[in-house]
Amino acid sequence: MAGLLGRVAEARDKQAFSELFTHYGPRLKSFMLRKGSPTEEAEDLVQETMIAVWRKAHLYASDKGSVTTWVYTVARNLRIDRYRRNGAVHLTGLDDYDEAADDTPSDDVVNRSQEDSLVRAALAELPGEQSEILRLSYIQDMPQSEIAEKLNIPLGTVKSRMRLAYRRMRRGLEDLA
Amino acid sequence: MKVSHHLDQSTIVSYASGTLDEALSAVVACHIAWCSECRQAVRHAEIAGGVMLDELAPAKLSATCLDEIMARLDDESIEIEPSRTNHGDDGSISGVPRPLAKMIGGRALDEVEWRKVGSGVWFHDLPVSEGAKGKLRLMKIAAGKAMPEHSHGGMELTLVLRGAYRDAIGHFGIGDIADLDETIGHKPVVTPDEPCICLVATEAPTRFKSLVGRIMQPIVGI
Ligand SMILES: [Zn+2]
Repeated sequence: MAGLLGRVAEARDKQAFSELFTHYGPRLKSFMLRKGSPTEEAEDLVQETMIAVWRKAHLYASDKGSVTTWVYTVARNLRIDRYRRNGAVHLTGLDDYDEAADDTPSDDVVNRSQEDSLVRAALAELPGEQSEILRLSYIQDMPQSEIAEKLNIPLGTVKSRMRLAYRRMRRGLEDLA
Repeated sequence: MKVSHHLDQSTIVSYASGTLDEALSAVVACHIAWCSECRQAVRHAEIAGGVMLDELAPAKLSATCLDEIMARLDDESIEIEPSRTNHGDDGSISGVPRPLAKMIGGRALDEVEWRKVGSGVWFHDLPVSEGAKGKLRLMKIAAGKAMPEHSHGGMELTLVLRGAYRDAIGHFGIGDIADLDETIGHKPVVTPDEPCICLVATEAPTRFKSLVGRIMQPIVGI
């Protein structure tokens, strides 16, 4: 994916772009539908996201994360932008992470490309009650309070399951260090 | 910047999933502009978002979707974003984190219109969209001033931009964030040397515990 995006960034390569579309387009539509967008709006958001990928391809920095993480943040921010005033101001994209000088120098790019599979493995091994919370949050677009209501559990339990899930991902990533 | 108080991990996850209320998200964005540790944590939580996106069963797109996008790519109005220069700016020089600078039009903290809401307490409200549940505002509290003890109807995020305060949890200086849920009550006291300016997002009306606080509430409007 990084190779395809690189060709878009450097040569404005439409063939590479359409391959990116073939992979991400249908997943993005699924994502938007599950977050509650009606079909037409979901498709519109897919278009907006892919056009943003085209416009911002050269801003993607492989030392900050995978192409998939980047596409996720672009899609998330675009959707939020529709509903919020200043939406884009309040959310960072991967390409915003360059703003502070105190970050540790980026690990080598090879490590970044391994991060996705480590997180994927950590997510696959989460207890059901933790992965359910993550799915409701990331995919179903539910705030903590709505999750608590839907599952009929205290808000504090939602928070503690989120923390546990997060720590497991983090531990998975530490294998890289 | 040396930060001692960070975001709760559940707040990091909700921010990364895009489900944190707008007002609260704004304070998170400002904290991570200054805090590399939490910025890294958000990045990790975003990897999870990417992985979950990638694992979704693909949905069928309309037959014309790609053609429509391709047609738009040739449109002159689709401009390539200019490359960003490295800002190299963590906001600590001006005392205003970049996301906040955009919200207050690049003004300094002393240049915004401060509305006096009580003795030694000033507010500057920041706009959020109609659908937002939370309130977002800058608060300026005089040196040495104690705020009434209060607990929260919902989450409250407080980012210190200037000065410092102390409460039962500890000392909060520039860059520190207090990430409090509805179960925690606190009584902040500003340190005696200078006024404290904070960016505060509250999810629901703050409830003062003491009678004085309850009387003050309608006036202060926290
Ligand atoms: Zn932090």
